[in-house]
Amino acid sequence: MQNRKDCIAMLLAGGQGSRLYALTNSVAKPAVSFGAKYRIIDFTLSNCINSQIDTVGVLTQYQPMLLNDYIGNGQPWDMDRLFGGVHVLPPYQAKGKSDWYLGTANAIYQNLHFVRTYNPDYVLILSGDHIYNMDYSKLKKFHIQNDADITIATITVPIEQASRFGILTADNEGRITQFVEKPKHPTSTLASMGVYMFNTNVLFDYLEQDAMNDNSSHDFGKDIIPKLLQDNARMYAYRFDGYWKDVGTLESLWEANMDLLTEKPAFDIFESKWKIHSRNKLSPPIYNGDHCCIENAIIGGGSSIYGKVTNSILGKGVIVHEGAVVNDSLLFDNVIVHQGATVDYSIIDEQVSIGSNSAIGQARSEGNGLTVIARGVVIAEDKRINGGIIEEAIL
Amino acid sequence: MNAIGLIFANMHDDYIPELTKSRTLSSLPFGGRYRLIDFTLSNMVNSNIAKVGVTTRQNYHSLMDHLSGGKDWDLSRRMGGLYLIPPYGTVLGQSLNVTRLQALESSLNFLQRSEEEYIVIADGDCVCNMDYADMFKHHVDSQNDITIAYKPMCFDQVQSQHISSIKIDSAGRVIDLLVPNREEGNANAVLNVYILKRELLIKLINSTLSRGQQDFKHDLLGKNIRRLKIGGYAFTDVFFFIDSLTRYYECNMMLLQHNIRDALFNVQYHSIYTKVKDSAPTKYFQSAKVSNSYIADGCEIEGTVINSILFRDCIVHKGAVVKNSIIMQDSVIDKNVSLDYVLTDKKVVIRTESKLYGCPQMPYVLAKETQI
Repeated sequence: MQNRKDCIAMLLAGGQGSRLYALTNSVAKPAVSFGAKYRIIDFTLSNCINSQIDTVGVLTQYQPMLLNDYIGNGQPWDMDRLFGGVHVLPPYQAKGKSDWYLGTANAIYQNLHFVRTYNPDYVLILSGDHIYNMDYSKLKKFHIQNDADITIATITVPIEQASRFGILTADNEGRITQFVEKPKHPTSTLASMGVYMFNTNVLFDYLEQDAMNDNSSHDFGKDIIPKLLQDNARMYAYRFDGYWKDVGTLESLWEANMDLLTEKPAFDIFESKWKIHSRNKLSPPIYNGDHCCIENAIIGGGSSIYGKVTNSILGKGVIVHEGAVVNDSLLFDNVIVHQGATVDYSIIDEQVSIGSNSAIGQARSEGNGLTVIARGVVIAEDKRINGGIIEEAIL
Repeated sequence: MNAIGLIFANMHDDYIPELTKSRTLSSLPFGGRYRLIDFTLSNMVNSNIAKVGVTTRQNYHSLMDHLSGGKDWDLSRRMGGLYLIPPYGTVLGQSLNVTRLQALESSLNFLQRSEEEYIVIADGDCVCNMDYADMFKHHVDSQNDITIAYKPMCFDQVQSQHISSIKIDSAGRVIDLLVPNREEGNANAVLNVYILKRELLIKLINSTLSRGQQDFKHDLLGKNIRRLKIGGYAFTDVFFFIDSLTRYYECNMMLLQHNIRDALFNVQYHSIYTKVKDSAPTKYFQSAKVSNSYIADGCEIEGTVINSILFRDCIVHKGAVVKNSIIMQDSVIDKNVSLDYVLTDKKVVIRTESKLYGCPQMPYVLAKETQI
């Protein structure tokens, strides 16, 4: 066991995820449920351990309780280590200075002492709100081969979506020549995934410079990357060609879940060579009732299905009673759909109860949006909800 | 609870030779994702017993693999936790830990080094969700020397040759012990759960052994019925003795009944724990047809599953029909296969178009890693 690490990861998990609306009222975005039994952060943490990175600092700020609890000592990801492992890094007070994290760069800057503890050659900056399987060791190899100061992982996006991302241009060798954060008129389709491999000394230099600059917004995309480019640093673009999905909006979260349902999914949670690790709460098997009908669905443990479930993802401990119908929907853990109720094109957060014969949501078609019901909300019998975000009980 | 726990893992391996070739009876898979020992071990933990010894004899690979450090039962502790007690051999060629008394002899070190006042003894191969803390309270309140858990049942229909019974007087004191019970009619079946003082157990083990006696029930208990105050504790909820292949099949199938599942898995504050694996959730394809079945996570279902139990990570391909069957972990049922009353052990692969049928009394058993 060495008392230094070759490469450590810093995972930005402090964002509010305001475009997920009610789903992030009480939990941070990385802790939102995904794919029946996972939380969004599982994918990034699993990527780390599957790429032999066993030391990860998780920067939290917004509603961290559930996330802290979930990460715990990191045991599910094999990150309960004597030296290294996963560490939750919240904002803190210190002598003479104290602050909330002002931006992504500032969050890392305030924790440079954590990085120093491990004296790594490379620091990998990640964000905790994407769904993808990626071998970071290939990124590191590419970074070393090019003798780069920083390597940005990139993915090709459709041109009409390009203005949502940091868009860059690279030459034939992959060296970055241009970078624009969320351009109005994108000239390239090469988008930054928000995954950066830094040489540690370069990271330190630029974060320290940036911290002195009162005009900076202390953000990697807006400040650090443009500055590196301006200084003509050796910046390279690594092209990732696997499945990658930003789940920052309700629609994209719904879509990414539904992507799991296709016959041969581009993103396969059944892939045994790239295990997704998660904190498993123990639950019994799924009971499938006498007259249940389940078609094209993924269901978590401990659920009991007596009704009809089609094209949907159900979390753990969900109960769908007889005569109830769930279609095109995401139901998170412990949702109860009572007799005769219907749920269509909706996202139902944890612990929601839907009274018998109530009808939630409207069929998925042009003009009909998702219906969202927030955590713990109780919907009484015989209610009708057509779209919108429901945060209060309807009795 | 000021008590340690002791579980016998290997006492009854010969009950189901078909499935215990490479494992102890205690590590036999059960109910989609559990192993038999999970029930007793969870009962111990749920009753606040923080130090548990598990005695073993042979074939305990799978048991060790399952229990590992005890983390999944919250028994990976600095103080207390899980202790695996393999046979303690002194004489070459001696058969080890065959009887309960020999297993207890091997555990003497564990018993002597503990400081807790009481001990709860139980078998690792029965299925129940039982609150030992309640039994413990009964034991202390009635000032028994030894308390034996029992369940009143009618032996007319019981096929088993392996269940003992006790007779109890009106004051609740045990006055007779039948090993095994050979009488018909109603009797109090012994559940092989005992509570007594740790020091008393050590004394009884030594005094029984030094008289050349070899049997726990006949000698250690039976011969002391008058000398000691032995009481009964009635447990009336679901309790399965798994002592034959038929019985194993029946008990699994009983999990398809709502009330049985609730009595085992839905007891407040008393979850049944097991080894946690990173399986994916279960995927039902467009062509899946499932009814009255218990399906664990990680399964991929494209075919038809009726009245069956599927363990983790099984695959049922298109056109396959699985009826009245138990399919253990990592098995693959290929296209158009038809199964009725079949019991597959782990990692069995049944190739395209095969048809296998057993009957309720005698399910068709496929050994571990069989390929057809």
